[in-house]
Amino acid sequence: MSGKLFRNFSFLSATLSFFLLVGIFAILFTYAQDAMHAFGIDFLFNETWEADEDDEGGVFGGFIPIVGTLLSTIIAMVIATPLAMGIAIFLTEIASPKISKGVSVAIELLAAIPSIIYGMWGLFYFAPIVQKTVGGDGVGLLTAGIVLAIMIIPFMASITRDSMNTTPLVLKESAYAMGATKFEVIKDVIMPYAKGGIIGSIILALGRALGETMAVAFLIGSVMSLPHRITDPTTSIPVLLANNFAEAQDLEMSAMYYLALVLFVVSFVIISAAKFYFFGKKAK
Amino acid sequence: MNRLFVNKLILGLSTLSAVIGIGFLFWILITLSYKGITSIHWSTFTNDLVEGGIRNLLVGQFTMAILASFLAVPLGMMAGIYLREYGHGSKLASVIRNLSDVMMSAPSIVIGVFVFALLVDPFGGYNGWAGIVALAIMMIPIIISTTDNMLALVPKELREAGIALGGSKHKIILQIVIKAAKVGITTGILLSFARIIGETAPLLFTSANNQFFTMDLNGQFPSLTVSIYNLATYPDEASRELAWAASFILTMIVLCINLIGRFVIRNKK
Repeated sequence: MSGKLFRNFSFLSATLSFFLLVGIFAILFTYAQDAMHAFGIDFLFNETWEADEDDEGGVFGGFIPIVGTLLSTIIAMVIATPLAMGIAIFLTEIASPKISKGVSVAIELLAAIPSIIYGMWGLFYFAPIVQKTVGGDGVGLLTAGIVLAIMIIPFMASITRDSMNTTPLVLKESAYAMGATKFEVIKDVIMPYAKGGIIGSIILALGRALGETMAVAFLIGSVMSLPHRITDPTTSIPVLLANNFAEAQDLEMSAMYYLALVLFVVSFVIISAAKFYFFGKKAK
Repeated sequence: MNRLFVNKLILGLSTLSAVIGIGFLFWILITLSYKGITSIHWSTFTNDLVEGGIRNLLVGQFTMAILASFLAVPLGMMAGIYLREYGHGSKLASVIRNLSDVMMSAPSIVIGVFVFALLVDPFGGYNGWAGIVALAIMMIPIIISTTDNMLALVPKELREAGIALGGSKHKIILQIVIKAAKVGITTGILLSFARIIGETAPLLFTSANNQFFTMDLNGQFPSLTVSIYNLATYPDEASRELAWAASFILTMIVLCINLIGRFVIRNKK
């Protein structure tokens, strides 16, 4: 292969990410046109999702899946953030290198388990426990949120650990020499130093939780109704897409594309924010 | 006294978080192993889904993941090579690097929707190719980022030595730089393979599923993960058992590939 050809091929491959991203946006936007014309921006705040008898039209609003997505993500973040911080602190400041290594591998294996397994396990083992202790049907917002939290913890913990590890030893030693306790060193030296990476990891995990499909599909209950209690079943954008996208017709299909577009744009914004503001433009 | 107490409390809570994290891993693995092993029979591996086994599903899932890798690995590696070796430092490379990172976190279900619009809808039905493309789209950004990062670790001196010997740029990349980064890139490929072989969402409405053994990528293609999703929701005990068996086997496959990937790195060091 000549040098020029090689270079051109590598350049084309590199531009592929750009074209994929633009392509996804363009396709979703085009297919969502019908729903956009029919419902406009009110789509986001309308809770009706009803097809007409003849399956050709109907009224479709994305409010319920949007709320479901947001609430399950919030529950997951509230649970996952402190636990992930704790794990990162344990790994960097408490455990001996040997234990830290072992626990790191375990946490990373937890991250490698496919999401459908979390769903299966959650449905048959975790949902009954939630039902017994908190009430409700077992499946619902709370169960989905908790299992979602377990899924994003490893991800958040390992990025947080990496940013905490970048704190220069000298800074920590100086603080210890002043008589600071371990917690004070963590709070006043490591946390401020690693702040960008930590907030970035939280935002990236948030993006992941928003788009998670399979685990939530098993656990959120998949019903088109607004939850009134935390244990109530509802649905989310990815779950609605997973269960109903393929069977949808015409306008309903277009509304599904609209929802997919909303999800895509929101996660795009979230991930970009995490990258630019918190991880900075790393000059590698 | 107070600050010593707070210190102990926080350190205790942190340790507890780690215990909770590990506790969940073992809880999931133990229940999965128990349910899985008691549900596996010899026929699980020899029968197709239609007869209560997963033979066709395993073959289907691996076929799609392997073919997706054939698509994603060269493209991803070439893109990574561009970012690090040709475009390094340029504005374009940094934009592409960021976009690729964004793609890495794009919701997998959205990729499924995209591929449906591109390769299923216009061709009149679910097909294996669509599943392969969806998986490849998931895999490419991971390969790009691994290649990029691993090439960054190759010392500049190696490249300079190549130039001093009169090697052309692409020869230096192919014969020196890539060789030096081989281990890291191999690990990245294994880890990304482990990631896509367990994917469900991008396959739901691209390749969908097939109860029968088939190698025809123009039609619906058997998938282990999609089958687990379907089987778990059936009310009968036999379907659930099969779902557990399939889940156990899938998890073992994914974790084994992961551990092999990590082992490769460690051996090198």
